[in-house]
Amino acid sequence: MSVASVAERATVRFDVAKAAGIVAIALGALAFWVTLPPLTVRTQAVPITLGLAGIASGLWSWRHGHVRLGWTGVMIAFLGIIVGLFAMQAAVGNLEVVITWSALTAATLRFATPLIFAAIGGLFSERSGVVNIGLEGMMLMGAFFGIYGADVTDSWWLGILIGMGAGAALAFVHAVFSIHLRADQIVSGTAINFLALGLTGYLFIDLYGTEGTGEVPAVPDVHLDFLGRIPPEGLGNFLERAFGQLNLMIWLALLTVVLAYIVIFRTTLGLRIRSVGEHPRAADTVGISVYGVRYLAVTTSGALAALGGVYLSIGFVHSFTENMTAGRGFIALAALIFGKWRPFGVLGAALLFGFASAVAPRLENVESWATYGTLFQTLPYLLTLIAVAGLIGRSIPPAAIGRPYEKQ
Amino acid sequence: MSEQQATPPPELPEEPAPSMAARFALYQRAGGIITPVLTALLAFIIGGLVVLVTTGKNPLSTYRAIFDGTGLNWFFPWVRGQERMLAAEDLQQTLLVTTTLILVGIAVAFAFRCGLFNIGGQGQYIAGMIVGSQVGVWMPDLAHVPHMILAAGAGALAGAIWGGIAGILKATVGAHEVISTIMLNWIALWIGSYLVGFEGPLQDPAQVFVPVTEEVSQGAKLNVFWGEALAQGLHIGFFVAIAALIVFWLVLNRTTLGYEVRAVGFNAEAARYGGISVGRNYFLAMAISGAFAGLAGSVDILGWLFRVDLTSVQISSQIAFMGIAVALLGRNTPLGIFFSALLFGALLNGTSTRNLDPAVFQPELAGNLTLIIQGLVVLFVGADLLILYLWRARTKLRRKTAQAVTQS
Repeated sequence: MSVASVAERATVRFDVAKAAGIVAIALGALAFWVTLPPLTVRTQAVPITLGLAGIASGLWSWRHGHVRLGWTGVMIAFLGIIVGLFAMQAAVGNLEVVITWSALTAATLRFATPLIFAAIGGLFSERSGVVNIGLEGMMLMGAFFGIYGADVTDSWWLGILIGMGAGAALAFVHAVFSIHLRADQIVSGTAINFLALGLTGYLFIDLYGTEGTGEVPAVPDVHLDFLGRIPPEGLGNFLERAFGQLNLMIWLALLTVVLAYIVIFRTTLGLRIRSVGEHPRAADTVGISVYGVRYLAVTTSGALAALGGVYLSIGFVHSFTENMTAGRGFIALAALIFGKWRPFGVLGAALLFGFASAVAPRLENVESWATYGTLFQTLPYLLTLIAVAGLIGRSIPPAAIGRPYEKQ
Repeated sequence: MSEQQATPPPELPEEPAPSMAARFALYQRAGGIITPVLTALLAFIIGGLVVLVTTGKNPLSTYRAIFDGTGLNWFFPWVRGQERMLAAEDLQQTLLVTTTLILVGIAVAFAFRCGLFNIGGQGQYIAGMIVGSQVGVWMPDLAHVPHMILAAGAGALAGAIWGGIAGILKATVGAHEVISTIMLNWIALWIGSYLVGFEGPLQDPAQVFVPVTEEVSQGAKLNVFWGEALAQGLHIGFFVAIAALIVFWLVLNRTTLGYEVRAVGFNAEAARYGGISVGRNYFLAMAISGAFAGLAGSVDILGWLFRVDLTSVQISSQIAFMGIAVALLGRNTPLGIFFSALLFGALLNGTSTRNLDPAVFQPELAGNLTLIIQGLVVLFVGADLLILYLWRARTKLRRKTAQAVTQS
């Protein structure tokens, strides 16, 4: 979320007031964290002190010019106290059932990966000025054609490629309708979602019937045993359990974020994509092909979103079911907005949403909390709604987003 | 139907030939009926091709089988005896679905006329279902007519509030309604799942192992006027939907509110300059749209579902998203919405497992075929320009050949 993008900017020029704001956010998080395992502090003074320090730090940052950051810090520190005191009421045993940090980290990454791929895909498309509501459909194409490709060719990496191709093809349809035919991009994206849902469901039943796909080559996990040998022992154990057994595509997703950052902000192509999304007329004047860049960006977004789907089908659950993305494309869209159309912001948002998804089923392990697991699922959407409303730092989209460009 | 659309077609590129504008005007006038019909036809043809290519079955006999399941053959005077009785039963089911689709279609269309895209039908529908069912459960002693009206109205109110949130956010902080309604959909989905799910506060205490609410009391159920009340006959909600179409037309075309809503839809800046409060109209349009979707939810509960179960909360997205296709194909006009709701209602019912003969075509496939057709309809309707392109390509080709002829 904003922390990442703020930190990213902070490296450019050190700013005390800005640092104070970040410290406020950190203290707020800490106030909550100390009440959870492994520390499980049960003295009310500790989170209150930490939180108050955070509030003070946030206020100071606010008074010294960083209104939004400071305000965010104050709010998070305040929330930290409330949630921390609330968590203290919970029995230590219950908390330990829900929170095992190493398992939770791995689960967070697992849930975040499809979101990262799709949201980074959406980032390319939307940075070039084309709204992509169709991420969900493109993911679904990847999920189906990924597993179908892997099944037919008997190789997981060809499956990945075929899935990406299918997502790109669907994205190309979206591109034609929203760029050349100047259709409403949201209507076109909605249509893309229907089409993908119908097409994958149809082909799935036609090709596999109702029995499912059976045994299909899967994307392998990456085993990093050396992590366990890192001293001290506790840290090594944590690292091995959290990162030692992750799927290859999870690492690929993290790599994608870095690559997306480099492409968007450090290359000519990225500058072109951004300029086409901010002011297409100006870009056209200096000789950039607006249509060309947009086609490229939208098609890329389809291929990336499809990777998220491929991960779901042959990296995570090893099977396909109709509508298996189940709204993840829309959470990815939320992550894109919550991350303010920036690669590391998107990563932060996806991790946060992944964390929410990882915690929710664990809450159900504690009998008295079981029903709240469902309610907890609303968290990503609530946060995004708040972000869109501008309560925690306003999300401002690229200027030319959603508007078809007409050549002159 | 010479109604103007809420989303004005993209500006025409300047065309040297003066006859082009005249032709386009003609196309616009005739296009009121012709384009939607052509669009639907084109979608069905492509759908038929999909059937032919994937299964090798005759698309015409497949469509014939689907048509037989819709009960629309009841309108043929030569259908008699046993067949007619079956057709009547099927038609009742088709019209049940049509009722819902009309209402969710209006929910999309009304917002469209104000220049807003209401994707939030799902959330508003869920809010309507839950509140409508609870008002139906409470006060079992209330007289029949007031109880019906109260319960249905409460559902509409709930939908209006849920839609109004997006309207307020749009009016005050400028949050894009597409994003906020998508978020509100998922929030409603998870809150709804929590409320009616296992151990949820609204779950029927008599059925601990089934995630449903209590059945609405007898007094709140809508009367069945055609068919058996116990076998899902057609309830008076159908007339509510027809009345809603008339109200939709009256409000838009015969009230100040409707005038303002349309003015904002045409050009928000011009409307603001003319002294119309744009924000107020955004809010009202979203709230009224939401009321229609909420009414759809409560009418479904009071008419034939009688309980909210977890599945109907979870599949609500299909119904609500179909409302988008209904509104777009119906060009946001009352008559258009009626016929496209009938078309999609018939498609949904005709492809259901109960009505489609598996020997002719697998119902699971046909259900997905419906989605494909729906997607194609939305895709083509969104691109008015497609038809214009074809026109221009034709004239250009003609001019070129004419030139070639004169030159030689």
